[in-house]
Amino acid sequence: MATLEFERELVKLREDLEEIREDRGFKGDREARISELEFELKARTTRVFAELTPWDKVQLARHPDRPHALDFIDLILTDFVEMHGDRHFGDDPAVVGGPAKLAGQRVMVIGHQKGRDTRENVRRNFGMASPEGFRKARRLMVQAEKFGMPVVTLLDIPGASPVLEAEERGQAWAIADNLLEMAGLRVPIVVVVIGEGGSGGALALGIGDRILMLEHTVYSVASPEGAASIVWRDHKFAPEAAAALKLTPPDLIELGIVDRIVPEPPGGAHIDFDAAAELLVGALEDELAALAGRDIDALVAARYEKFRSMGRGAVAPV
Amino acid sequence: MKIFGRRDRERRGPEGLWHTCRECGEMAYEREFEMAHKVCPKCGFHERLSAPERIALLLDDPEAFVQIAPRLATTDPLKFERDGLTYPEHLARYQQSSGLIEAVICGKGRLDGAEICLAVIDFRFLGASMGAVVGEKITLTVEAAMEARLPLVIVNCSGGARMQEGMLSLMQMAKTSAALRRFHDAGLLYISVMTDPTLAGVTASFASLADVIVAEPGATIGFTGRRLIEQIVKQKLPEDAQSAEFMQEHGMVDLVSPRRALKDLLGRLLNLYTGAGAPVDSPAEEAEAASVEESPEGPEAAPKVDESQPAGGQV
Ligand SMILES: [Zn+2]
Repeated sequence: MATLEFERELVKLREDLEEIREDRGFKGDREARISELEFELKARTTRVFAELTPWDKVQLARHPDRPHALDFIDLILTDFVEMHGDRHFGDDPAVVGGPAKLAGQRVMVIGHQKGRDTRENVRRNFGMASPEGFRKARRLMVQAEKFGMPVVTLLDIPGASPVLEAEERGQAWAIADNLLEMAGLRVPIVVVVIGEGGSGGALALGIGDRILMLEHTVYSVASPEGAASIVWRDHKFAPEAAAALKLTPPDLIELGIVDRIVPEPPGGAHIDFDAAAELLVGALEDELAALAGRDIDALVAARYEKFRSMGRGAVAPV
Repeated sequence: MKIFGRRDRERRGPEGLWHTCRECGEMAYEREFEMAHKVCPKCGFHERLSAPERIALLLDDPEAFVQIAPRLATTDPLKFERDGLTYPEHLARYQQSSGLIEAVICGKGRLDGAEICLAVIDFRFLGASMGAVVGEKITLTVEAAMEARLPLVIVNCSGGARMQEGMLSLMQMAKTSAALRRFHDAGLLYISVMTDPTLAGVTASFASLADVIVAEPGATIGFTGRRLIEQIVKQKLPEDAQSAEFMQEHGMVDLVSPRRALKDLLGRLLNLYTGAGAPVDSPAEEAEAASVEESPEGPEAAPKVDESQPAGGQV
């Protein structure tokens, strides 16, 4: 388990609580001590999380123990069959996807996939998708349209793969093609940021009718480190950049980019995968049910208008 | 708004001054360099053009260019500040030095007789980064072309996203791409000209979503910038990596055209794909060209072309 600096006191409390729960020979009023500690944990969690800076929130969104796409797929969907390959060059393990069922209804789920340990991270390139990943995603979107399945995308990517091989195989072209495809896809699309929504690589799965963010995630035009090295000329100014970029869910609701925040269990999704999954599945069921009844032409037109209007308030004639 | 200010004329410089090429370091007469549209007469290096210079290069009558949303500016939605310098103050410096309000100039004009919607991005303005104004003006231009059923030409360049506008900048990729989806569904032609440098979010959205992609020789084209790639893989990239020629070799670009041939090439492509603006020399041909343009059958009504002359044969 990885522990972030600000999580330390909470981890200690959780361990104490666990110890007493398992200590049958506890001297004194065990139940009273447990509820005392539970109260303490709840209060401190609330306090710690209320004081998080945007940079802390970036760390939380990148927390190595957070549930990743396949964890959520496993917990919220049934009958998932993972499909492989872009039919052009290869299969990118940094993007996963395939048909599955959500509460008995068919969906096409597509997500960025980070690894859990070093070995898996190397295999999945730390979630930094290649053109093949984006093209596989697009192939699955086109299938979803053909077979009338709503699309659910799970965003969690530091950024698209920044290597020459990705450039040679058209990284920018692969991302752009997805934007074009999703803008007009004739099935409902629900987008959920489940971790780190990083730049164009995130947006390549990010056009939909509804944009959701889990409570402790971020979505940004560039990594704070990248933005800092561009604007401050030094990546060490990442905390300043994180604050300036307005990348937290409430910021993005205010900017009209995100529609809904999905709460996480106290302490974050990594503390309790099941509780996090339950909260997400509830939100997805709502959203898909609301979209299911919509006329498809009206839905695609509304999707266009949604993105067409983004940034309208950010421009004015002088 | 006047786009050809005194500054542009001054920059052409009086005869006799020397220009030093930033590629080969050789000196050439400023006038010779300007006459060659800023291509080094010694090594052929294509120096970046400003948007007004590019418009002057491409349009039949640059003074007749009718601008779209010329006065659109950002409202600083994030109230972005760096070390006490606000974003509007930062922008003011670029507005001052470039004479532009924002990084793109858009409008309607004629290229070899063909009426087109044209957008030109200017690298001098904050590295041609894409913020909400660039996204909005590009989208308005796509929509204007759709409305008038005209071909669209965008002369692209960009260093990347406008950090100072955060996620609103990223969403311009979505917005412009969505507009182009409708544009393409309407059966219209979009030619993208990629100039130095075309990178990041602009390449990963409207710059690549074209029917034809023409690049300028030596232009840097890609998604991730060279510096970041080298930092991450911890080795130097080959000199030509991400050049226009490299990207053409890898199938991402249709044509690499020297600047002197660019206008002719675009004119020819416009004619080949849409039948518009056939080279008009005689009044009779002019009338014929006009009737093709107005033909209800649209692009299918294009006149037969000489197939012994492949498109791009001159590049
Ligand atoms: Zn030279």
